Amino acid sequence: MICFPEPDAAILARSGPIRSALRALVPEHCLIDDSLRLAAYETDALTAYRCKPLAVVLPENAEQVAAIVRLAHQERLKIVPRGAGTSLSGGAIPLADAIVVGMGKLNRILEIDYENRCVVAQCGVTNLAITHAVAERGFYYAPDPSSQIACTIGGNVAENSGGVHCLKYGMTAHNVLGVQLVTPDGEVVRLGGKHLDAGHYDLLGVVIGSEGLLGMITEVTVRILRRPQTARALLIGFASSEQAGACVAATIAAGIIPAGMEMMDRPAIHATEAFVGAGYPLDVEALLIVELDGPAAEVDHLIGIVSDLARTHGASSCRASASESERLAFWAGRKAAFPAVGRISPDYYCMDGTIPRRELPRVLAAIYGMSQRYGLRVANVFHAGDGNLHPLILYDANQPGELERAEAFGAEILKLCVDVGGVLTGEHGVGLEKRDLMPYQFAPEDLAVQHRVKHVFDPDVRFNPGKVFPTLHRCAEQGRVHVHAGAAAFPHLPRF
Amino acid sequence: MVATFKPRDEADVADIVTRCSSRLELLGGGSKRAIGRRIEADVLDLSGLSGIIDYEPEELVLTAHTATPLDEVQRTLAAAGQRLAFDPPDLAQLLGAQSKPTIGGVLATNLSGSRRVTAGAARDHFLGCRAVTGRGERFKGGGRVVKNVTGYDMPKLLAGSWGTLAVLTEITIRVHPAPEHERTLVIPAAGAAAAVDLMGTALSSACDVSAAAFAPGRGVALRLEGFVPSVDARSSALLELLGGPDHLCLEAEVSRRYWEDSGAVVPLAHRSIVWRLCVPPRDAVRIIDALAPPCYLLDWGGGLIWIGADEVDAERIRGALHGGHATLIKAPESVRAAVPVFQPLPAPLAAISARLKAALDPHGKLNPGRLDA
Repeated sequence: MICFPEPDAAILARSGPIRSALRALVPEHCLIDDSLRLAAYETDALTAYRCKPLAVVLPENAEQVAAIVRLAHQERLKIVPRGAGTSLSGGAIPLADAIVVGMGKLNRILEIDYENRCVVAQCGVTNLAITHAVAERGFYYAPDPSSQIACTIGGNVAENSGGVHCLKYGMTAHNVLGVQLVTPDGEVVRLGGKHLDAGHYDLLGVVIGSEGLLGMITEVTVRILRRPQTARALLIGFASSEQAGACVAATIAAGIIPAGMEMMDRPAIHATEAFVGAGYPLDVEALLIVELDGPAAEVDHLIGIVSDLARTHGASSCRASASESERLAFWAGRKAAFPAVGRISPDYYCMDGTIPRRELPRVLAAIYGMSQRYGLRVANVFHAGDGNLHPLILYDANQPGELERAEAFGAEILKLCVDVGGVLTGEHGVGLEKRDLMPYQFAPEDLAVQHRVKHVFDPDVRFNPGKVFPTLHRCAEQGRVHVHAGAAAFPHLPRF
Repeated sequence: MVATFKPRDEADVADIVTRCSSRLELLGGGSKRAIGRRIEADVLDLSGLSGIIDYEPEELVLTAHTATPLDEVQRTLAAAGQRLAFDPPDLAQLLGAQSKPTIGGVLATNLSGSRRVTAGAARDHFLGCRAVTGRGERFKGGGRVVKNVTGYDMPKLLAGSWGTLAVLTEITIRVHPAPEHERTLVIPAAGAAAAVDLMGTALSSACDVSAAAFAPGRGVALRLEGFVPSVDARSSALLELLGGPDHLCLEAEVSRRYWEDSGAVVPLAHRSIVWRLCVPPRDAVRIIDALAPPCYLLDWGGGLIWIGADEVDAERIRGALHGGHATLIKAPESVRAAVPVFQPLPAPLAAISARLKAALDPHGKLNPGRLDA
């Protein structure tokens, strides 16, 4: 169970005046401070944890954001930035003594600049809306987190979001040219722009992926790419994950970086096939989807090479998509993996470690062992190209102790990822969820240097406190970790 | 009297940084020593921290000690059919240096070559590091896998910090498969405007052009890399898209050498003053018109301008920019002492940068004056 920082009693005592001061900065409909409507903001996609904030402010422009941040600076008020609230790591979960600044109303695309091959968008524009805005000219924005229909570009910047295509096209950090940032003291600054590379310290580089701890992103400039001429996919079944892993390694050794390379294990295959009927083979232990994109001549050539590699690595089945609808059908199961698992279990808990790919068979075997030990089922989907695992732990929050068991199981998986040379999170962020595991990956001196960076931007530690960096000593001092959050809401409230 | 410290390992580096009361000039190979102001300090000679620690081609990851020569890294990668996608340039000839770049120096300066426009910069391939702050603290940042968002991206902060925040001791980088084949199409262009148009069309096409540069008199060069059938199909499609222009085809090794020279800025090596401008690509036309420089090169589709001149003209050059930055990459020592070599920052960013420097190197021990006067 993860504890929340102790709320500041002095701030709670001043909640009335603080709300009044906020009300003066934004139109009436942009402030939420009644308990009923605050409930909509008490959690994000890590729904096992929730907490109602002091207030939610929904600014309509960057000037209002800066004014809110300046007020918070004066009042020593904590701020939890929020995009669409799709964080799987609890990055946008409020604190009782904090205000949530929701950026959803900053939802305009400001400029489409084809000559410089970039788009300038306010932070609350959804990831997919950027692609839609440039699709008519055959362009797109490459990073495609699975929540792209809802998640905002500002949130993507905060989390350095990935997606199934980031092996070839990079994460958010590789596709963002600049941001407008409101610093914790209320200054509005521009980092980067329409040019490449920083002329001095790469502040943009450290702000991307900083999970809302260094300031509020209000505007983002992203590069756009021409949509590849064509894309085809292969659906390859294997009798073992070792074979599938060897096939992935051989593909990369052959000089091929596929646009996407996804693996699913038997429980994931069966769950998705029962859900969407994508036509997946059910007699295999591992299923690979390999997508190749580019000019037709290249794609056809590579489909041939990867098919040959699949055969030499003992594939029990191998199908190449012959049409766009068939390609989409191959993906239908993978893309429905989370809801498919949700269908066979009341709750699931999604993990996000990255491992060196060669460790896959060993890590999978260990995860199945843990599954037995914890008495909880697990299904694995996996960005095979870059070693990013998404084990889905199945549990029932209504059964006493199951959430705690699922969390312990998840923590053991992530520790194993670190043990084999990997990391705690590949794309979901540390957030609240993995905060207390940070000392497992980083030594105290490594964290100390990161704290120094934090203090450069936010010396009062008011931006998204309680996220990313452990505050274990505080919990230990309090000695009653469940109660803090319980003052506002039950942190282990069951999901229905 | 300048003292030279030669650490054997990271512990030595930490020990030297902690104990020494003097300031330190960080030195790997020394190939870029002539960039920035002359540093009045003792020398921290990192050449003892050399060698590849771990290389797993199938994981696309390589870890090396900081002063491992760049060409050793490149030879090792080439033997496994891989390479550094960001195309690090060797500026030794431009700068008149005898020495060779090291991998740590490449990342500390975040200098990337022509492929940067499509493949990303050095910083985008910098997965993890070990380093020693100016306080003498040893730490690690990032990781050793290609996909990682755990904690702040410390490697990106150190990339391009020119050794002023911490001493890099160990580098983990992402590597890429080398292409089976490459071809460069060289197409005549009358001037900067025509060239930027042409490069823009090529980079906005679905032809996967990996680099686009222009040298007045030589024309626009467009680089296509990949599997043979793909390079063939894309070069035909690209030429058709561009209206079937006159062109030269440079194949394989000839193409490779063309880009090596281009990235090394050899055509400007005879000039005493060389500027490097990073700008929005379309701005290149206006900037070249406004400055009418004696000689120049465009790269990154216009996003990178190299200007060779005899006068430094810092205010005029920086005054021509609307966004982006200009670095005085080469000039006589007296000139470098008199003008800001790196573009001065707006006040709020200068304040954040100064706090960052103070946080990691409070006594200003590391590379004093390299980045800021």
